[in-house]
This record gives sequence, structure tokens and C-alpha cells, in this order.
Amino acid sequence: MVAEHGSVAETVRVEGARILATLIRTVGDVQIAEDAVQEASLAALGAWPVTGVPPEPRAWLTVTARRKAIDLLRRESVRPGKEQDGLQMIELARSDLPPDQVVHDDLLRLIFTCCHPTLSPPTRIALALRTLCGLSPAQIAGVLLTTEAATTKRLTRARQKIAAAHIPYRVPAEDELAGRLPAVCGVVHSLYTAGHAPVDGGAAYDVDVCAEAVRLAELLHDLLPDQTMPAAVLALLLLTEARRPSRLDEQGGVVTLDRQDRGRWDASAIERGIELLNCSLHRSQGQADAYQLQAAIAAEHARAAGYEDTDWTEIVRLYDLLVSVAPSDAAGLGRVVAVSEADGPAAGLALLADLAPSPRWHAVRAELLARQGRYAEAAGALTDALDGPATQPERRHREGRRAVFLRLTEP
Amino acid sequence: MPQYLALTYTADVNWWAPEQADELAEYRRFGVEHADRIRASAVLHPTSTATVVRVEGARGGEVVTTDGPYAETKEALTGYYLIEAADLDEAIAVAAELPAAWGGAVEVRPVIAAK
Repeated sequence: MVAEHGSVAETVRVEGARILATLIRTVGDVQIAEDAVQEASLAALGAWPVTGVPPEPRAWLTVTARRKAIDLLRRESVRPGKEQDGLQMIELARSDLPPDQVVHDDLLRLIFTCCHPTLSPPTRIALALRTLCGLSPAQIAGVLLTTEAATTKRLTRARQKIAAAHIPYRVPAEDELAGRLPAVCGVVHSLYTAGHAPVDGGAAYDVDVCAEAVRLAELLHDLLPDQTMPAAVLALLLLTEARRPSRLDEQGGVVTLDRQDRGRWDASAIERGIELLNCSLHRSQGQADAYQLQAAIAAEHARAAGYEDTDWTEIVRLYDLLVSVAPSDAAGLGRVVAVSEADGPAAGLALLADLAPSPRWHAVRAELLARQGRYAEAAGALTDALDGPATQPERRHREGRRAVFLRLTEP
Repeated sequence: MPQYLALTYTADVNWWAPEQADELAEYRRFGVEHADRIRASAVLHPTSTATVVRVEGARGGEVVTTDGPYAETKEALTGYYLIEAADLDEAIAVAAELPAAWGGAVEVRPVIAAK
């Protein structure tokens, strides 16, 4: 009954993350709240496969976690200097569920605490995966490409810093929100990127990181529906995710955009992504941020019926804006590809000269050289590309392209 | 109320030199403006006046002193403020008013509360 156990585990994980936020506020300590939810989750995983999932799993987990928290707090209070807070104990002894609005506010508090700018970016991602997605340190280690021990240490230090430095458990005021949202959106976006292009290639972990990132983006947009940045991040993730099924063939090989079966793209995700993007752009009144621009580029591709119908002039215009708003290697290379589609490979090669070489840079250069019939140079560029880190499918794709170009050099 | 030590790291200057007068005045202004939060503060003589003290083995062992600061860095520890703030956000807001924040860096460290 693996599937059934899987769904119990999934229910426990998702509900556990939901109740954690409120418990952290009540007990005022991330570690104790996490331990209490963890113990309640283990109790559920032990009992539910036998007794069946209770009619109200959330209530069951909430009451059990509160009880575990009381035990943990009592144990803590044996230590000198720890005073038990009466109000806290009364709230923990309740058997009713907190109202939705309270859970809503607590989740926002948790998000802004996990993504506090005084925590390092990888720590923010680790904390978000632990507390908001309920993943284990081993699973998080897989996402962050590190060891379980290092992840556990990182999480412990983060909880200690939150407690010792009094990182507030609070939603930033309206006038602070704009300054605090980029860190939160950055966590969601980096998480998606980590799932989308794991550097070491194969499926190193058993979690669908992209799905977790989309879930977080949905949550953030749901909690802050009037903010343009979370809407743009969700739009970007949906538009990218919509194309995921067609990016690899049945053998796990890379399928480039020009050869993708657009019929396999998720039309409803694209429609929703474009709608979210339009709303977000409308509200930000023309001042597009990096997420809106990336989503707009993804939307342009999604709109084209076929590769040859792509509006490259518009995509170049969007990339021009993107590299001026948020310059990055990835944006620079995307712009090179768009320019060479719009104005030919020579224009693209000229732009490449200004960017820092990387495996992807060499791979892009190879394709542009090949389009000029310079196959020997193209094969050489792919050899350079294969010299650096890449995912397994990427590596095989580049080896395949190099073999094609080498054959074309033969008389 | 939580306490934080705000350590100022700046160029290793002599605060009494005439060319430091303007900056020193800025620190004084900070001190007046945030007087209700500041529990203690000090500016330090330059690191050239520092002495590192170590005792060989255990307590009572030979006292070994070396000339100069514990760690040679481009920016030196030049002063501190013990401040009170409700949380880290508030402490950062205060620390960001210290001239060292733009002339160097301010390290904000939570102080362990007395039991």
C-alpha cells in the first residue's frame, strides 16, 4: 500500500507545515515548535495507516502538536531561568483550530522570518524548505547539493540566530514590504531554478523541487494578492513549468525549444500565467521588474503557435530591458540567442564577445558558428562547453551536437 | 528588552586627530539622538596601541604579551555601542545611523540576557 502511505505522508507534511506557523508564534521558539510538529507527524504516520486518516486530520495534528509542545516546554522549564508563560499554556491546551485569518497571518510571519535579509540566501532556502514545505534535512541537502550533516548544522545555526538575535516573527509594515519582498521572491525563484537545472544532473533527490517552488509561489501570491512581485514570480514559474513535460524526450534527452511538441505544453497553466502577468504589469504601471520581464519572455514563447511564429523582435526588446534592470549571465545569453534569431548569427556572435565564458556560453557560441557553416569551430566550442559542469541530459545533448558538427566537417 | 553590541569597524584612525573632528561630531550627534537606547559606548585608541595578552598553559601560567591587535584587518575595531532594541530589525535601524555603517561596517551582535 505504498501509494496510500505516500498520500498519508503527503497530508502529514503539508498539514504539518501549515500548523507549524501558528505553533511558532504561540511557543515563541522555532526549535520547540518544529520538534512538536515533528513528534505529532511521527504519531500520525504511526497511527493513520492502521486507524485510517481521521475525518479532520488538521485538527488531529494541531491538538497533538500542541500537547507535544506542552511536554517540551515543561521539560525546558525544569532548567533554571525558564519561566512558563501561563497564557501560552492556556492557548496550547485549546482543542479548537485557529481561525483561517490567524493561520494566514502566521504563515506570512513565518515566510518573512525564514526569508529575513539577515540570513544568508542558502539558509533562507533551507529554512523555507524545512518549515514551509516540511522537507527533511536529507531532502534539503539533495536540493542544496550538500550533505545532511551540513544542512542540519545550517538549520540549527539559523534557529539559534532567530532566537538569540530576536529576528522578529512579524509581517513587515506596508511601507517596508517592497524592501522585504525581493528576498522572499528570491528564495522561491532560486528554489525553482535548483529543481529545474540541478548541476550534478540525475535525480539526486526524491522531491519534486519545482512543484514545491510552485506551491510556495502559490502560497505567497495567495497571502499577498495585491503585491505585483509574488504574482510575477508565480506567473514566471507557471509559464516555465507549463513547458517542462516537453523539455526532455522519452529517453531523457534534451529537446530544444525549436523541436518541442507545443501540443504537450500545459495550456491552462499558460493561460493562468499570462493572466497573472497581465494583472501584475497592470498594477505596477509599466515599471517592470526582473520577474515580470522573464515571465513576459516566457509568455511570448508560449503565445507562438510554432517556433517560426516567435516574435523575436519583441523578445529582444524584453531582454534589453531585463539586462538593464537585472544583469546576469543567463539573461545576457538569452539576449544573444534572441538577437541571433532576429538579426542573424553574426550579430549574436558579436554580442557574445562581451559576456564571460561559461559552459553555456560555449554551447551557444557553437550553435551560432554552426549556423555560419563553421562546423570545425562549432565542434571545438562544444568541447570547451563539455569541459565544465552540466546536467546529464545537457552533457549528452552537447556530445550529440558535437558529433553532428564533426560529421559535417568531413568532406 | 534585548540588548545588542554594535561594533564599529572603520579605518584605524586616531579619533583625537584634528582631521577626525567632523566625524567624531557625527558620532556625538548619534549618541545624543539615540541616548535612550544606548546603555554603554566607547571609542578606542588606534590598534597600534593594542596589546594581546595570553597566559601559557593554564591560569597562573606565564603571561605573554604581543604588540598590536589580535587580528590584522583592513578595517579595525574602533568602538562599540551597547544598545537596546525590541528586535533585530530595530537594532539594525539604529546601527544604520552610525557613521561607521557607511564609512566601514557595523557588526551587530545579540547580547546574552542575564539570568
